[in-house]
Amino acid sequence: MTTYLLRRVLASLPVLFGILFATFALGRLIPGDPCRAILGEKATDVICDEFIHRHGLDKPIPTQFAIYVAEIAQGDFGQSIRFGQPVSKLLIERLPTTLELSVAALLVSIFVGIPLGILSAVKHNSWIDVLTMIWANVGVSMPVFWLGLMLAYIFSLLLKDTPFWLPPSGRLTSGIISTSFADVWGLTIPKQGPLADTVNFLSRLNILNALLTLNFTLLGDAIKHLILPALALGTIPMALIARMTRSAMLEVLGQDYIRTARAKGVRAWGVVMKHAFRNALLPLVTVIGLSLGTLLGGAVLTETIFGLSGVGRILYDAITARDYAIVQAFTLVIAFFFVILNLLVDVSYAYFDPRIRLE
Amino acid sequence: MSPEKKTTVANLDAEGITLESVSLWQTTWRRLFKRKSSMVGLAIILIMIFIALTAQWLAPYDPYQVLIGKEEVKMRQAPCIHLLGCPADQPQHIMGLDGNVRDQFSRLLYGTRLSLLVGFSTVTLAIVIGTVLGAISGYFGGWVDTIIMRLMDVLLAFPSLLLAIAIVTVLGPGLINALLAIGIVSIPAYARVVRASVLSVREMDFVSATRALGGNTYEILFGRILPNALTPLIVQGTLGIATAILDAAALSFLGLGAQPPTPEWGAMLGSERNQVFTAPHLVFYPGLAIMIVVLSFNLLGDGLRDALDPRLAHASS
Repeated sequence: MTTYLLRRVLASLPVLFGILFATFALGRLIPGDPCRAILGEKATDVICDEFIHRHGLDKPIPTQFAIYVAEIAQGDFGQSIRFGQPVSKLLIERLPTTLELSVAALLVSIFVGIPLGILSAVKHNSWIDVLTMIWANVGVSMPVFWLGLMLAYIFSLLLKDTPFWLPPSGRLTSGIISTSFADVWGLTIPKQGPLADTVNFLSRLNILNALLTLNFTLLGDAIKHLILPALALGTIPMALIARMTRSAMLEVLGQDYIRTARAKGVRAWGVVMKHAFRNALLPLVTVIGLSLGTLLGGAVLTETIFGLSGVGRILYDAITARDYAIVQAFTLVIAFFFVILNLLVDVSYAYFDPRIRLE
Repeated sequence: MSPEKKTTVANLDAEGITLESVSLWQTTWRRLFKRKSSMVGLAIILIMIFIALTAQWLAPYDPYQVLIGKEEVKMRQAPCIHLLGCPADQPQHIMGLDGNVRDQFSRLLYGTRLSLLVGFSTVTLAIVIGTVLGAISGYFGGWVDTIIMRLMDVLLAFPSLLLAIAIVTVLGPGLINALLAIGIVSIPAYARVVRASVLSVREMDFVSATRALGGNTYEILFGRILPNALTPLIVQGTLGIATAILDAAALSFLGLGAQPPTPEWGAMLGSERNQVFTAPHLVFYPGLAIMIVVLSFNLLGDGLRDALDPRLAHASS
């Protein structure tokens, strides 16, 4: 397992390097003068000369690339013109929102998609199966932004004054404040540095922070605000997962050892869960891994609709303001995330199926 | 297969003859025809193509025409359908009016053109480049293969919509740039499909035979090897059209694709998204249209995949 892990990590290094180069190239492909593209049209010659010199834009391309990699290794993603802050600071502030949303959407898609898929495989050709498959087909065809707006319309307007009402935007109701767990616990942490950044990052994960501080009003409010965006974002992966679970289960359920298990007298659901589902897990892990890409891309659209100030939302603002530093940095960070997640998927693949390690 | 069919050699021969007369396309078509869902998909696609071709006659209004001053209408007026009880003295707008007082139904019909155009053109672009890259990669192997495939891996490492967003941000917003971006991000899928097909037949006897007969690389690659990649390419392409339409709509929604006043569904939805609570019809219909087109290509693609899969040749469904 260790050798497999090591080999797999080494194999993803060239891809990570490629991603770095691609985002680097993206920044250099901006039409026109890079200084004025990044600092704005009003930048004076003196400022531009200083800017070009500081970022080594007057040096040969390989040197520029080396400088770029070195800057990123130090956590320096440049300066955002739109927000007037270092991009790294924005990342720490905004990434938790996106993370919370993506994880919630993934949980929705897994915990709804898998049972639906199992059910429709077990009740093959029944009305449950037909309905699930229609839903799965429609689900993958819906634009995320449309679904989000429709959900907001239904749950925030039509169901107003009912217990099913859900807030259409934001992360928390105004008035409910998330106090950092560090403050609640009375920890003294330095104002700056990696420790402060980590604490800051973690405390911005509202649900985690609410659990750590045992603040249940905050927890309920944060969850309430998360339901609609997570549903909107989770629908496509949910449909994919339901479909994959169904076909994997159908394949496994037709095999001899399932008949043997049944003949032995194993209870019906025992056969389904213990014998069949375990073996259907493998293709599922792949689909879940692939869905993560959809999730990260869809987060941009979902956050825009539900007014969540996450990475996606800031990316949208950055695009309209042509804030290249942000676009470049966020694309890089999300692609890195994606590669690491895929790596984890591959590793879990090997964990579930020992044969893969030997290949 | 019934038992009496496989007993004698004569019967086998007889069966061989009947099988020979049925081409791959005929069996595929037959299998496809039996699947209700793919037929529904195909029917919707044909209807959409018809609408796209005849939009100028079907549409009751000019999609760019601002109706204020011409009729007694208000901005973002709700749908008015005479059959459903809307007073006959009011002008009929079955999907209501948009924020610029234009007939939404007409705009939606014209939008069909753009959507199909986007789907077909991006996939064609991606297939052409992907096929060339995949064929070179699979046929020549070695370091050429390594470089091309690593490049594809890097492209695949980005979530596709995100990469498309990044590319359009650099190229500048606009429909053509959005098409280019979506085309570029979908190249790897086709390159991989073609490469896999090329690898699987490269060493087969009929290829060696062509080589022995003095066929050049071009002949072998395009005449012998690539036709084998056609089936997976068709399946991938059909499903790819669905993804391309969805991604293009998303880019337009974000303001990166088609620009106003172009009647493009994603852009129509994007420009009215803040009005969802006051004028839901302006959000509902364009999104529904996107969903229906994407769904139809998904249904057809799934059907084609199953119909073209030889492993399912004797399957009942």
